[in-house]
Parts: sequence; structure tokens; C-alpha cells
Amino acid sequence: MKTQDWIGKERTDPPADIVCERGYILHWLEATENANPKFWDETCEIAPPSMLSVWMRPLQFAPGRTETFMPLSLHFDLKQAFDLPDGVVSASEMTLLAPVRLGDRITTTQTIRDVSDEKTTRVGTGRFWTIDVTYRDQDGELKGVETYEMFSYKR
Amino acid sequence: MISVGEHLPSLEVKVRARHVVMGASSSRDWQPQHHDTHWAVERVKVKDIFLNTPNQAGWIERYLTDWTGPKGRLGKLRFKMKRSICAGETVRFDATVTGVDSGWVDLDVVLTVEGDVATECTARIAVPVNDDDPWQRRGNEWRP
Repeated sequence: MKTQDWIGKERTDPPADIVCERGYILHWLEATENANPKFWDETCEIAPPSMLSVWMRPLQFAPGRTETFMPLSLHFDLKQAFDLPDGVVSASEMTLLAPVRLGDRITTTQTIRDVSDEKTTRVGTGRFWTIDVTYRDQDGELKGVETYEMFSYKR
Repeated sequence: MISVGEHLPSLEVKVRARHVVMGASSSRDWQPQHHDTHWAVERVKVKDIFLNTPNQAGWIERYLTDWTGPKGRLGKLRFKMKRSICAGETVRFDATVTGVDSGWVDLDVVLTVEGDVATECTARIAVPVNDDDPWQRRGNEWRP
């Protein structure tokens, strides 16, 4: 496929394995030693906004499943298509919209925004690309957008 | 009153292996460089396991809301990772206000290890204006 054929390519992944729940929120607060009383209040029904991507990451084991679902699979498809084995995230952005609430189950859609021509940097020769990941809940409400700028290359 | 140029109080964290592993676990990120020292040293060629990006976002949210108080609501984060933050190192958080605009504050946040920039970040966080609660903003009132 040519570069142009990849731009705009979109993939919606299956709904996430886990739902937003309080145990994970406490684990997040514990890990970042975050004393914010808003989230320690037992009646709080929303997750800290920075947790957005937590709610889409797959279980590493589930009965009957033979392959682990891979987040950002379009990135790996691009690496394979252009034969670029190594990759780094050069920048990423999170835009945080409606809060994720207890019980929400997230579905993500990846979209390739752009793919550069071949470029050479100090790590190797390869391509830059940008992928947007859109997060929605079970009712279709937009929760946030993550944008990843990647450089994939050969040494 | 928040004004452009204001510096937030610094935060220093001595990063233990427990921080790195708990950060990976709480963000459900099981890439080996965040829990397997041998992998980090031999394959990634760094000193030790290191903080993953989602966990750094969590630390930055915590750093900013320590300053804003619980009504502070994070709207946007943009990161550039310059080097890893490994177990055994001390990371220092600093931030400067770069913009203030009707209930929104923009900041430059920088995480350094022994004076080296590890992560550069710009952040946009909502703060109360006229006693409103940013957590109640929605639709056109929430444009991060």
C-alpha cells in the first residue's frame, strides 16, 4: 500500500475487557501517592481524568482466548507494511472530555491521521506517523482523544 | 489569583522499584521494561525499570491538583519523553503558568532527573471561576 492509502484508515476495537471501577481508581491514587480528597470520597462516581487509557487496556489472560488483544494495532500494521522493526513514541497528547464514570465500558477507535515520507534521524531511517485514538462509552459519549506521534525505523 | 509566570512549588519523588511496578500495574501496562530489570538493562540498555507514560500522566495530574485543589480538572496534556525515569533515581517536578483565561490555566511542566530533562509537558487545567465547579462544565463550557 502507498502512504496515501493509509491516511484516514480507521479501526474500532471490541469493547474493553474491564469496566471503570473503584478498586482501580484507588490503585491509581496509591501508585501516584495522590491525596486528592475528591477521589478518596467514597461517593465519588468518576475516575481521575489521567486514567483514560487504563480503561481500554486488555486482560493478559481470559478463558478460551489464545491471543492477547493489541492496543494501537494500526501502528503495528504500519510497522509491518513498511518493514520498520523499531519504533518510539516521539510525542503524545490527551484531550480529556466527559469524565469516565463507574460502570462505564470504553470502546476505542484508532485513526491514522498522517504518514510521512521516508526520513533519516539519528536513530535510523524510517517514517513518522500520527494516530488518534478516540474513547467512547457504552452510550457513545465521547470521553477523550489521545494522539500518538510515532517514529518507526530501521537501524 | 493565578498569574502568568507563577512557579508551582517543586515536588521531588525518590522513585523506588515499587513505584515503577505499581505504576505499570495500575495502568495495566505489562510491557517488560516496566517490571523486568533484566529486560530493561539488557534489551533497552537503561539503568533499571522505568516509569511508563500513563503513570507519568497520573503523577502530573496529582502534581497539578496538589496546587489547584480538588476542583482543578485536567483538560489536556501533551508530552515529550526525552529520557527514562528509572528506579533508584529522584525525579523533580516543576511547572510555570504560561496562560490564564476565564477558568483555564495553561502550564509548562518539566520532570528532571539530576538536572536532565526527562519529560516535557504542556498542560491545560480548569479552575473555578466565580465559584463555579469545573467538574460541572459540559458541552460548550468544556473545551480543553
